[in-house]
Amino acid sequence: MTTTAERADFRFNWVDSFLLALRIAAIFVVVWGTVGALALGFVGEGLSGSAWKDLIVAGLAQGSMYGLIALGYSMVYGVLGFINFAHGEVFMAGAMVGFFVADYFFTSGLWVSNFVIAILIVLVVAVATSTFTAVLIEKVAYRPLRNSPRLIPLITSIGVSFFLQNAVLGLVGPAVKTYPQAPTWLSQKISVLGLQIEGTKLLVIVIAVVSMIGLWLFVERTKTGRAMRAVAEDKEIAALMGIDVDRTIVTTFAVGGAMAGVAGILWALLFRGVSFITGFLPGIKAFTAAVLGGIGNLVGAMAGGVLLGLFESLGPNVVLRGLRWEIPVSLGIAALAAGIGVAVLAWRRGRVSVASVAGALIMLGIAGIGQWSIVIPGLTQLKDVVAFSALVLVLIFKPSGLFGEQLADEDRA
Amino acid sequence: MNQMPTRRSATDLDWDRVRRWGIYAGLTMAFLSSIGMVESLDKRLIVDPILSLGFLALLWVPVAFGYAATYEEAKEGMAAPEKGERDLIGGLAAGLIGGLFFVAFIAIADAVDLRGVFPRIGPALIDLLTFGRGTAVGGLLWLMISGLLGMFGGLLHVLPVRVRRAVTNALTAVFLVALVEIAVVDIFESLRLTVISDWIYAKNGGVTIAGAIVVGALAALSSVRSEGDAVVRFRTRYATMEGDERKRFNLIAGAVGLVLAVVLPMVLGGLTNELLANVGLFLLMALGLNLVVGYAGLLDLGYVAFFAVGAYTTAILTSPLSPKWTPMLTLDFFSIEGWVVMVVVVAVAALSGLVVGTPVIRLRGDYLAIVTLGFGEIVRILFLSDWLAPAFGGAQGIRNIPAAVAGPAEINGTKPQTIFYLVVIFVGIAVYVAWRLYHSRIGRAWAALREDEDVAEAMGVETTKMKLLAFITGAILASFGGMIFAVKVGSVFPSSFKLIVSIIVLVIVIVGGMGSIPGVVVGSLVLIGILGGPTQPGLLAEFGEFKLLIYGALLVFMMLRRPEGLWPSVQRQRELHQEEILQDAWLKAEAAADSAGER
Repeated sequence: MTTTAERADFRFNWVDSFLLALRIAAIFVVVWGTVGALALGFVGEGLSGSAWKDLIVAGLAQGSMYGLIALGYSMVYGVLGFINFAHGEVFMAGAMVGFFVADYFFTSGLWVSNFVIAILIVLVVAVATSTFTAVLIEKVAYRPLRNSPRLIPLITSIGVSFFLQNAVLGLVGPAVKTYPQAPTWLSQKISVLGLQIEGTKLLVIVIAVVSMIGLWLFVERTKTGRAMRAVAEDKEIAALMGIDVDRTIVTTFAVGGAMAGVAGILWALLFRGVSFITGFLPGIKAFTAAVLGGIGNLVGAMAGGVLLGLFESLGPNVVLRGLRWEIPVSLGIAALAAGIGVAVLAWRRGRVSVASVAGALIMLGIAGIGQWSIVIPGLTQLKDVVAFSALVLVLIFKPSGLFGEQLADEDRA
Repeated sequence: MNQMPTRRSATDLDWDRVRRWGIYAGLTMAFLSSIGMVESLDKRLIVDPILSLGFLALLWVPVAFGYAATYEEAKEGMAAPEKGERDLIGGLAAGLIGGLFFVAFIAIADAVDLRGVFPRIGPALIDLLTFGRGTAVGGLLWLMISGLLGMFGGLLHVLPVRVRRAVTNALTAVFLVALVEIAVVDIFESLRLTVISDWIYAKNGGVTIAGAIVVGALAALSSVRSEGDAVVRFRTRYATMEGDERKRFNLIAGAVGLVLAVVLPMVLGGLTNELLANVGLFLLMALGLNLVVGYAGLLDLGYVAFFAVGAYTTAILTSPLSPKWTPMLTLDFFSIEGWVVMVVVVAVAALSGLVVGTPVIRLRGDYLAIVTLGFGEIVRILFLSDWLAPAFGGAQGIRNIPAAVAGPAEINGTKPQTIFYLVVIFVGIAVYVAWRLYHSRIGRAWAALREDEDVAEAMGVETTKMKLLAFITGAILASFGGMIFAVKVGSVFPSSFKLIVSIIVLVIVIVGGMGSIPGVVVGSLVLIGILGGPTQPGLLAEFGEFKLLIYGALLVFMMLRRPEGLWPSVQRQRELHQEEILQDAWLKAEAAADSAGER
């Protein structure tokens, strides 16, 4: 009893137990599913090797797109300390306007005759649109709200998001607009590092990496970038140092918007279909990625995006599918023993991470002994559940991100 | 300091501002036309042959923007800005600039076929916008209309307060009378007074010209007689009432409300009752969300999940077609069975509130919002999925939910009166609960939490418990909403529980006034009554496709202009305008010191 009294800062109440249970459940499901998928693969019931690789490539491509959108969330949060909920719509606007240009090029023949020039022009238009949208939103909706309580700009941005969605719906109609087919040479598979990558996906990854490097150089090496970092650190001091804070904030929105515009074209290359609702889910996912990588941390945002993309592409098809694998009884007993061992050995330490590992092992043991097996029909329907679960779990358990937040103290609250 | 203000010439204007607002006006009108608002709303008439809702959607623009263009802020301690012909010129200029842009838009739309990109900008729209007289004549007309209306906007600054109020009241009254046409015709029909309604309203909808003149004149007259803005006066009076007086007022207001609630449904027809039932349903949810957002300051964007939980629990308990469990209870409020259903609904809702609330309560405010949003979506997708379809019916949902029973009466959607009565009872309970909670220790704990969590904790407020309590109470109120919804519609589908429901309830709370019960009532009456819910039509059913656009715009507008809402809670207003209040007090003290010194 004295030990708990000594650790007065660590009070383990029932909320903690609930969180611990949630943590155990998450680890349990992920470990069971992943191991299950691998084991099923061995007996030839699971995914083939090439299917694995395809999923990984798809995850990388989608993830790098998420990463680009996440940059916008991350930078705005870093500078202004609120979630720009409308950033998904900035992305959608770029993709949408890009479609009309692409469609025009398709009918005029440029798309087929000289694809590279056409897609470059489309890219420029999309980037310009998204940048303009982002800056406009900042001017109209967010600027008057500087220094207001934190939730007010968030609520405003929700309003902006719904307004933009429905404005686009009203302007161009509800139908999904499909980009013209990319030329065949682009959809051929190329072998890179043992992975068979489709040309489009490779292009997506390359564009994302190049934009990321460009952004990194801009933020780290230019004067404007330094001003941005200074404003993120402390607005008042930055102003005292002669930095035009308002202008820097506009720049931040513009750069975030530009990245979202690039992402819009990447989306077009990957999925081709764009509609007024396109921005919502990628927006939410990209925000998750930004938090996962650590808000305010640019490299983190990109890494978080890639991680989330991989998780989303592997999640339903690997983890959830793997849940049908029955853990062998022997393995179950071993896991149970190991879990109890860890629990007993580490009990005195009182570390949550150890406790959750022990709990997950025990759960795995129980699942093995009880010969549990969960067969989930309609796995692809649950794709978004996986994404949202990732969002919930990341925000609950790792709100400071994997690579560390870079936020001013006042925004950390 | 007492120098005479120098006279300004008629063109001494903030031309930059005029130009800017003029351009905004033109762009807004072009935008409203391109999303098809004019065309779709043209079918609904406001004043029979001359004005349709579609044109009204355009015509308010030059007035409002002309007003804004010549608006000069009255600064504290400075002489009030002088009014005069300058304002007229400014308004006219803004209107003309706006008209010019709009005419350019019409001309371009006429010359180039834009339908490939903007499907709504077609010949039909051009024909409508040019009054069927060709671009040249139509353009000239628009320039004139826009300029004159802009000037009218500027004129509003110049008119003496009384006249201005008479004019605006007359216009608002005509609009409102046209707005509530369905309801009024409904009432007059059941009162067998169709003579009057036939005289006011034209056959193909809208007020007749004579009717408009009479209604406008009456409104103008009544406003000339009264002093000041009645609503504002009433609100300030209500806010300054103390102790007994307020209690008495609340009691009277409650009694009047009750009588109205009992009598109205009998007088009204089916359509209006349906409308009121929807209003009540959303009011119930908004009251619940108000506890969470307004009182405790937790922005819950997944509120629809609890609504869904309530609806699904009711469906499973009562429907014979529930796929897995079929207890087939009847929701009979006068028997044990009905109470079992309600207790289960409450228990499930409380449990789900606990499950959603517990992991999120330690998060900072904005992360909490996003996580609850995530939970809401997860719940919906799970209800929709094949995986859980054996229990919840997947996309088909659960049908055949039987009517609720209260003694001899059957309550279901085909008899909207009955639903309305049911809603009224639950809203009454919700208002009472919210009001009592607000004035209790718990309510004060929530207020403390909302203003500063750390300080609240240091003062001994059990933050965890209090936040969870807010979540759970809110969840229970939403689940009652879900229960009534299930009974009303007779079936539940996952598509009824989209994120947009949460957002609309949030808009109600914010437009009405966070933390204010009368505000939430006003908010749901205005928004759900006029615009309608996510799928339910309001008085302006024609607005259907633009509803979400308007909700989004409204949310932004309110946050920018009036974050405390239409009918703010006193406390909240103080929080949001702390600086101004302090400044006012300071100025007052200064003035008092000055006058004391002079004497």
